Formats: sequence, C-alpha cells, structure tokens
Amino acid sequence: MLRFAAIFSACLTLAFPTSAQQTDAPIQQLLQSQSELIVESSRVTIGPAIDALANSGLPAAQVVMDKWQTREMWVNAETGLFVYAEEVDGDALRIFDFADGSEIGVVPDDGFEQLKPNSGIRGLIGTALVQFQLSDTDPDTRRRALDAIERGAEESHLAALRASLAKEPDAVILARKQRLERLLTIAYGATNEERIVAIQSFDGDLGVDVRAALNPLVAVRVEAAETLPSDPDIGRSLDPGSDALPRNDAYALLVDADLAKPRISVEDQREALIANIADGQVAGIQVATLDSQTARDMAYAALADQGTVTAVATEAEVDERLSDHVFYERYIGAPPEVVAAALLALEAIENKVALNQAFDLGLDALSLASIYFLAAIGLAITFGVMGVINMAHGEFIMMGAYTGYVVQLFIPDYTLSILVAIPLAFAVTFGAGVAMERLVIRWLYHRPLETLLATFGISIALQQLAKNIFGTQARPLTAPGWLDGSLVINDIVSISYIRIAIFVLALLFLALFLFVMNRTRLGLEVRAVTQNPRMAASMGINPDKINMLTFGFGSGIAGIAGVAIGLYAKVTSEMGSDYIVQSFMTVVVGGVGNIWGTLLGATMVGFLQKGIEWFNPSNTLAAQTYMILFIILFIQFRPKGIIALKGRAAEA
Amino acid sequence: MSTLLEVSGVSVSFDGFKAINNLSFQIAERELRAVIGPNGAGKTTFMDIITGKTKPDEGRVIYGEKSVSLLKMSESKIAQAGVGRKFQRPTVFEDQSVFDNLMMALKKTRSPLAVLFFKPASEDNDKVAALAEQIGLSAALYRKSGELSHGQKQWLEIGMLLAQDPRLLLVDEPAAGMTPSEREHTTDILREAAKTRAVVVVEHDMEFVRRLNCKVTVLHEGSVLAEGSLDHVTKNQQVIEVYLGR
Amino acid sequence: MTDAALPRRQPIALRFPSVMIFLAILALFTVGVTILSEGFGIGVISTSFIKTLGKTLCLCLVALAMDLVWGYCGILSLGHMAFFGLGGYAIGMWLMYARTEIIVLESLSAAPLPPTPTEVSDGIASQIFGVVGASEFPPVWAFAHSLPLQLLAVVLVPGLLALVFGWLAFRSRVTGVYLSILTQAMTLALSLHLFQNDSGLRGNNGLSGLQNIPGLSDTPQSTVSIWFFWASAVALGLGYLLCAWVVSGKFGSVIRAIRDDEARVRFLGYPVEAFKLAIFTLTAVIAGIAGALYYPQAGIINPAEIAPIASIYLAVWVAIGGRGRLYGAVIGAAFVSLVSTWFTGGQAPDINLGFYTINWVDWWTVLLGVSFVCVTLFAPKGIGGLVDILIDRKSPSRHGADLGPDQGALREQEAEK
Repeated sequence: MLRFAAIFSACLTLAFPTSAQQTDAPIQQLLQSQSELIVESSRVTIGPAIDALANSGLPAAQVVMDKWQTREMWVNAETGLFVYAEEVDGDALRIFDFADGSEIGVVPDDGFEQLKPNSGIRGLIGTALVQFQLSDTDPDTRRRALDAIERGAEESHLAALRASLAKEPDAVILARKQRLERLLTIAYGATNEERIVAIQSFDGDLGVDVRAALNPLVAVRVEAAETLPSDPDIGRSLDPGSDALPRNDAYALLVDADLAKPRISVEDQREALIANIADGQVAGIQVATLDSQTARDMAYAALADQGTVTAVATEAEVDERLSDHVFYERYIGAPPEVVAAALLALEAIENKVALNQAFDLGLDALSLASIYFLAAIGLAITFGVMGVINMAHGEFIMMGAYTGYVVQLFIPDYTLSILVAIPLAFAVTFGAGVAMERLVIRWLYHRPLETLLATFGISIALQQLAKNIFGTQARPLTAPGWLDGSLVINDIVSISYIRIAIFVLALLFLALFLFVMNRTRLGLEVRAVTQNPRMAASMGINPDKINMLTFGFGSGIAGIAGVAIGLYAKVTSEMGSDYIVQSFMTVVVGGVGNIWGTLLGATMVGFLQKGIEWFNPSNTLAAQTYMILFIILFIQFRPKGIIALKGRAAEA
Repeated sequence: MSTLLEVSGVSVSFDGFKAINNLSFQIAERELRAVIGPNGAGKTTFMDIITGKTKPDEGRVIYGEKSVSLLKMSESKIAQAGVGRKFQRPTVFEDQSVFDNLMMALKKTRSPLAVLFFKPASEDNDKVAALAEQIGLSAALYRKSGELSHGQKQWLEIGMLLAQDPRLLLVDEPAAGMTPSEREHTTDILREAAKTRAVVVVEHDMEFVRRLNCKVTVLHEGSVLAEGSLDHVTKNQQVIEVYLGR
Repeated sequence: MTDAALPRRQPIALRFPSVMIFLAILALFTVGVTILSEGFGIGVISTSFIKTLGKTLCLCLVALAMDLVWGYCGILSLGHMAFFGLGGYAIGMWLMYARTEIIVLESLSAAPLPPTPTEVSDGIASQIFGVVGASEFPPVWAFAHSLPLQLLAVVLVPGLLALVFGWLAFRSRVTGVYLSILTQAMTLALSLHLFQNDSGLRGNNGLSGLQNIPGLSDTPQSTVSIWFFWASAVALGLGYLLCAWVVSGKFGSVIRAIRDDEARVRFLGYPVEAFKLAIFTLTAVIAGIAGALYYPQAGIINPAEIAPIASIYLAVWVAIGGRGRLYGAVIGAAFVSLVSTWFTGGQAPDINLGFYTINWVDWWTVLLGVSFVCVTLFAPKGIGGLVDILIDRKSPSRHGADLGPDQGALREQEAEK
C-alpha cells in the first residue's frame, strides 16, 4: 500500500511538471543541515536549529520561521527539501520555494509531510522571530512586536531589542524601545549593576509597567525557622495571627515544612468521630456527651491513643509550635542589592502615586462639590434668602432633567438639544415654582413647619406623577459627543469633560447669582423684601411680586441644575430625593442666607464625602452615612454654619 | 444696703456697631431704679446681657452675695438664681389659662422630673389666687390668657414675674399701651414689689418714671450718661441735648 | 367658670372626658373585632385584615408619640419612624434568631453527633446571613439569643439614640425647620447605614419571617394575630393614658409653653433643653415599643421602612388627624393608613375618564400629596377640627395673631438660634 502510494506520487510528480526548486540556495542548505532536528520537532532539542536560523542573517530565515510557526512548512518526503505550501483542497498543495518565494506548483499532498510544531516550539520560534520583527521595515510590524513583548516579555527579547535599537529610524518607536529595553533590563539584566541602573532610571515614573516590572523583584516567600537568619535577603518578620500572617496560615507553613504535626479541621474531626462510633460510644465515650469541642477533642485524642486515627496537634501544641518559631519574609525575586534598589524605587513611585491620587481625589471631590453646589444653589435662594423651606426642590431638579430628556426625544442633535433644554428647563421649573408660590407657599409664610409639610405633599405628588408619566426605569439624558471622554493628565490623574463642564456651570451659576443679587434691580428688591417687607412695600416695591419672582428664580436654577445632573447621572423620578437632604445640609452647613457659605458648604460636603470614600472605597453608602454624622456633629460646633450672620442682622 | 448686681466695663458689638460700650451699673437689694434713654441707647441689650440672652464681648456681671458671674450661666439658670424679666411686648402663653400661666411661673423646682410629678398643694393654689387678686385678674383666672386685653396681659406677665419671686426684677416698658388708670395700678404694683426686692424699670415715659419716684439712670449710646434723681438728671445739659437734640 | 373654684385633682379620665371616650371606643373596637375574627369569633374578618388592624393600632401609638413631640412640644421630628424601625429591628433580631435556632437544632439533632455550641451558632449565622454572604454573627447580635435583653433593647436603643441625638441638637439650640432637617439627616444616615450589607442587619434584605413566633409554630396565625391585636390595643390604651397624663399637668403646660415661646420659658427658669430632651426621648421609646409590636404582625422589616419619607408620612398622619390633641393623632393615623391600604391594595375602583383610566395604585400617592397640601392650607386643625365644630368649641380670640403651634417656629426665632 505504501509502496503503491509512493509510486503513485512519483507518477504524479512526473505528471505535474513543476518549476525546479533551488536546492542549493543558502536557506535550503541551512535547513538541510538542521533537517533532523526540525523534523524531530522536540521542544528539548530544537534550540540549536532555531538559533542557527535566527543567527544566519539570511533574509529568508524570517519567512521560514513565520511559516514554520503557522504550520505551513512542509517537507518533501523523498527529497527532504523544505517548502511552504497552502492547501488547495483536501489532498493537493500549492508549494512555494523558501529561497525566493516563487511558486513551484500544485502537487498532491501525499509526498509531503506537514511540520506540526507544538506550542512550546512555536513559542521559541516566536521569540526568535521578534528580532526580525523589531527590525522590520514596516513600522506597524515593529509596533506589534513591541506590543507582544510588553504582553509577555522573555529574557531573549532583551538582546533582540538592544540589537534593534541602533537601526530604529522612527523616534517615537525608538523611545518606546528604549523604555522597554530598560524595563527588560530590570527583569533580565546580566549584572546587578546594570539592573540597578535601570531601576534607578525609573525614579518616580508613574507608569503601570514600571510597577509591574519592579513588583516581581520584591516578591517574598514566607518562611519559618527557630531563629531569624541573618541572610541579606531577609525582609520583615511576621507575627502569627497578624493580618499579614493569619494564625492558621502560619501553622500550615510549619506543617508543610514538617516542623509541626498537622491539625485537623472541625469537620474532619467530626467525620472521624462519626466513623468510629461503636455501640453509641466513641473510644469508650458516650456519643451524647460529645456536644462540646473539648469533649470531641478528648474523644479524638482517645481514638489517636488507640491508634485508630493519626494524632493531631492540640491547640496548646499549636501555640507552642508557633511561639517556638519566627516567621519572616525572604526576598526571592532578585539578589539583595537589586531588591534594595527596587524597594527604594517603589517607595519613591508610591509616594508620587499617593500624591497624584490625592490630586485626583481632589478633582473628584471638586466635581462632587460642584454637583452639590448646583443642587443647592436654588435652595440657597428659596431657603437661604427667602427662608422658605421647599421639600419639593429635589423634584424641580427632576423636572429639569426630564425636560432635558423630552427635548432629546424631539431634537436628536445632542448639542442643540442641550442648548434648547437649558432655557426650557428654566422656563418649566420657573413656571412650576411661581405656580407653587402663588397657590401654596404665600399662604404659609412665617409658618415654616407647615411649609415643610405642604411642600413635602407636593414633592410626593410630583414624584408619583413623574413615575406615572415616564415609568420607573431610568431615562437617559445623553451628553453631546464633545463632552465624552476625559482629560488624561497621567496614568492616575484624569477627569471627565462632563465633570469639568459641571464645574464650569457651577461657577457660572455663582456668577449669575452674584450678578442678579448685587447688580440688578430684582436683587436689590429681593434683599429689601427679605430684610423688611413692610418698609420695602412702603417704598413702592410689591413684596408679593418679588417673592414670586425670587421663588421662581430659585426653582428655575434648580431646573438647570437638573439638566446638568441628568447628564452626569440617570434621570429617574427619585433623583430629586437623592439630593434633597444633602442640599439642605449644604445650605445649613454653609450658613443660611449667604451664597459664599453655600459654596463653602458644598466644597466641604463634597471633599468630606470623597475623603471618607477614600478610606473605604467600596462603600459609598458608608461614606454618605459618616458624612451626615459628621455634619450633625459639625452643627454642634457651628450651629449657624460656616459663615454665620451675627447680631441684629441675624435676629431681624 | 448691699449690692445685688454689679455690671462693670461691659461692651458688646454687633457687626462693628457698639450696642453697649463700657457700661457700668450697680443696683442694691430692695432698690427701685428706672433706666431711661433714647432709642438705640442699648436698654434692651443691657437687659439681654443680664438675663444671659446676649453674651458680652468683655466685662463682668456679678450677682448676689456670693458674687457669682452671670456670664457663664444659661438663661434658665440665671432665672432660677432670682433674676426675673418682663418683656416689652407682653409674652404670656396665650393658649393656656391665667391659672396655668401663674402656676407655671410659681417658684418651684424646675427640673423635668419634678415638674412631671408636680401636684399643686393647697398653699400653691392659695398663692396663685392671691397673685391673681394682686394683678386684678381673679375673675379671669380660668380664661385663656389669649382672650385678655393688652393691659391685662401686661399685668399677667407682671404677676408671673412676682410668682417667680425674683430678687431682681427687670421690667421693660411695663406701661406701654396702658390706660392712665392701668398705669397707676402698675406703678403701685412695682413700688410694692420694690419693698422686697430690687426692681429695674426701663421706660420711655417720663410721667411714669416720675410717678415711680426713684433713682434714675440715663443710658446713651451704650453707656451711662447720668445717674441720680429724676430732677437731677433732667437738669443735666447732656441729657437735655440727647433727648431734645442739638 | 367661677373664680372661687380651684381645680381639685381628679382621675385623668374624669378631668379629660376625651380620654374616657377614647378608651371606651378602643375597648369596644377591640372586643368587637375579636368577636368578628377567625381565631376567636365568627370569622367575618380575615386574619390578614386583623393583622392590618393590629398594625394600624401600632401606627396610632407612634402617631401619639409624634403628636406629643410635635403637636405639644413643637419639635417636628422627622426621625420617629426611625425609632419605630429600631424597635422593630430589636425584636426582629430575637424572633429571627430564636426561630432559626429551632430550625438549626432540629436539623442538627438528626446528625450522629450532638452539636457543639459553635456548630449551632455557625448554623444559625449561616442561615441568617447567607443572603449577605456572611456566616458569622456581627457584634450587634450579641444579645439576640435572649428575649429579655432584646426587649430591653426595644426600649434602650431608640431611647439612647434619641437621648444622644437630642442632647447634641438641643444643646446647640437648633430649633424649628433646622431641627427637622437635622432629624431627617439622622434618619437618612441610619437608613443608609442599615442598607449596607456589613451593617450586620442583612442590608436591604432586612429581617424576615417575623410573623412566625418561636415556640408557637403549632398555634395558627389566626390566633396569634388576635394576641398581637390585643397587645397592640393594650399598648395603645396605656400609651394614650400615659400621654394624657404627661400633657395634663404642669409638665404639659410647660411643653406647650415651649412650643409657643421657647425663650420666654427659659426666662421663667425652666431648663428648656432638658424638657425637650425628656419629651424627645420618651416619645422615641414609645415609638420603639410601637415598632416592636408592629413588625411581628408585618412579618418583615427592611431599611426602606426607616427612610426619612416614613417619618414624614407620620407627620402627615398627625397633621391630617389634627395635632395638639391626642385623639387627632390616633384618628389621623388610623384614617390615612387604612385608606392608604385600601387604595394601594388595589381595592379602590379605577376611574375611567374615557381617554385615561385612573388606576389608584399609581395615583393614590398623588391624591395623598395633593390632599395633604389642601389640609395644610384649608384645614390646619385636620380631622380633629371637626370635633370642635361638633361641640362648637371656639379657639380664643387672639386679636388677629395666630399663636398656635406655629408660633414656636417663628422664623425670627429660628434665625437667631
């Protein structure tokens, strides 16, 4: 059968005249010289063959390795010549010559054997290929090679990388190569000095890759010994039972090192006891009495004495063993000098990282403060200036956000829709505020507790109304494209554009508020009415109208704030109630009746919340809880807020 | 006569405005004293400081034979120590009867627990009845005090002060809004009260002050301008300037 | 009245006919409901409705507390439902522990070895805290095994919280709406805390299965519900007597005076802060007891029940019923909570407007909100005001100045504190 196949293939070879393969091309000769190893395809022995190819300096060597790696290299069973091929169909191949890449012809695949390198060999080939790719003429290939090294660096890459440095034409890629070379030097440098220099070159570098390169150097293994060794590679010593080394782990370490008897888990002990129940007894002890751990320990010890089970360490023994030994960390990632340099570098980096994180946290806090300020500024007018406590303020924020959502349903262009939504939201909530003032609040001036309850009634009605109209699921309010993304300052510090926009908006509102209150007729009249309504009325100001307009203005600002908050968070019927308590807190903490107080209050609340979150990042609920507690305590010490009006002005 | 209250070197300012400026004042036990002064002279603030409502920026307020400082005490502690105050506007608890108002003011232990388990003894009821007699409200004892006339409310408040049995009585414009006959009654009550305790009356009305027939202190811009009998101070050139203008 | 007659001390019930009438109605109601119940009577009223009625009685009790603190003392606390919830949590912890203990012991008794205490407590802990991914008892459960200690906690936890919070708030002279906002913040902080899984109280799952009273698994719910109904009625009756006693004497005089003019009371020599603190703490304890009776009937408690909105609803009930009178609070709580149950339970008929059908489950809250605004505006005395019209009681002429409960909350006075 075999013979028949051979004859058949020989006939076929004759039948399909192919262009002659260059048998004497240098690459073919090289392949022939390593032919045995290549065909054997063993991970252990293939090294010299790959090295020979890689070091040959032949341009075709890269093609060979490429094709070999992708299992496209075939060997002619008769001649032993190597070709690469693509399968035409199930049993025919189109073969090519390695020497010049020319097509030899289409042949049946019976005469050829495919080389199937295993993954280990493919890895070796890949590594060898990198040096070709690093010097490839196509910059994209070079970049891909660098990507590949960054993903999984190997020792051999270092030499290849160094070799390719001199020939690199592209400055950007060169810089990347140089950085990568230093990183690889840290890991694989031949001498300690070389590695230390490389480590020191990264002093204060915030890159994640640097930390990734340094961390393995300071890897430790926890060991135990009777006395603390004085080797240079010993790190800190650990106390069993501390967070770094739980008691059980420490003892397990001793057991593994055969320094102590094993222990038995409660479950295993129970199983062992159950397995040895005989006539309602375990080792002569009544089963019914085994209702405490001590009794079970005794029963087990009795079993062990009988030799039925293996003896285990008692708690006392565990304690004794643990106190007999010291536990310490041994640096296993690098020689001590390198470790010292790495530790130093890591510390410098960590300090810088902490600094940058603090800065980043500050930015976060600032943007949170802006949001609180936005939510609270309307209240600063209605509550702070007029003294009207409006529990439905949060619902005005919600109305503003829903206005934005509805506008986006009609105007698909996000930029335009936001520009339309802002004045519209102001108009809607201004109207709602005026209506509420006319219908409800003006009857309740000087009855603040009742105002609180009545506006609360409005609040729950509006909330349910929104639920009935828009449903309970969150509605999106999409920011324009140019607000997507974030301003990245470095690997740690970044801030999204939307937060910057909210910050700017908050500043604009502050300016608007100051302008309206201090520079306009309305502001003058508002101040007059709030200070002495009767006197203001006698001077021709209509307090009713002023109250109405002021309340409308405060509500309108809440509407705009709603649009801004909607961009940042989801629009739901409950979004208002998420902000109402914090908003009141902001105004109260800052000092009622003073916009700068509100600004300070928002800043304090924002920074406080972020600060608390920093201690416990996984838990924003806890942060809010502690923040509120802090504010309650704060009001103890400054009942009138940060900026308190004093004397008769406050009593008026 | 020993000094009951000594105010010395007291100053207080609101946002830069000096309401009281280095004020010193003394009153002896069982003395009746009138304090007069134009608007803004600091009369009410002066009372606020003594009763603990306003804390002065500097100065001392010493009270009683043990010479305790009132500055560190809360309003209620000062009141318990025997300083009673009647406000300019009558402030009685309008929702409650005259009897309840007086009973509340009656000198008794003020702690919540004592109040909760308080049961009026017959002498307490007698005392309330006597007070009502004194202020002419016997017939209105069980009416809600909100139903009383303005003058009756003033009396009720004076009655509440007397019920407190204070050693120092501060009275702010007691005659405001009273008919002439009511005023006369009020002077009688105050003079009667001054026989057993110190009474400080702040008043605008010179006629009323004249009828009190006592030493007068004139306040101006937060400090004492003149002190003496009414005739003496009304002859003082500065006082005339302040009252009549230049 | 004549001037000569000084009041003699009579039993509260005689001096205040409303107390007598209230207690009589409560007794009649309780007996009547029992006769109509499934457990002890002819079975006209379903067990679930008995529970609703029992719960309503507890709500009336907490409304009494609210009326005492707000209607009489002028402190609009938005924290009393938090105290109510804390009482519920305190009793719920024991109910849940004890019942789980029975289950765990039962399942472990089948094992070949008798269980050790650790195994039992681990079993209970993993049963209770499995939902929040924990298997150990948090420190707050230290006394959950003991009914007397947890009953003590029903009183002590709300009481101590109120004491500490009130002491802080009152000593810094926070009054009026500021105090309301502060109490609201406290409530929010508490509910946010309980919402966390690591609060030790099962996060937003809350405590459940509270209707199963340990040791009474053989007693039908119809019987248990009547027991709780009676307990609630007795608690309400005693609470009413207590409140009536507190507000009747000089103490009542003083707290109403504090409500109307706090500064003046201070100049009378009364330590206003101590009085407020006493009333705040007392009512917190009453609220805690009400909660401890409520939640075994409700069966489940979770942090949402503590959220500030619940406390605001409490104020709404009292306002609708008519604050400043004890029966007003009871009427308000009973009326609004029963009507609310009727509407939100889907029993109210939908209204078809042709183009839109008003579904009361969705629209009830809107109606409540609007009617609340209307009550505040047009009927500040609430339903209790009807009683005045019936017995033609007129409030004293105040010469144009309304010096009712609002007086204690004048803006001037708040601004200066």
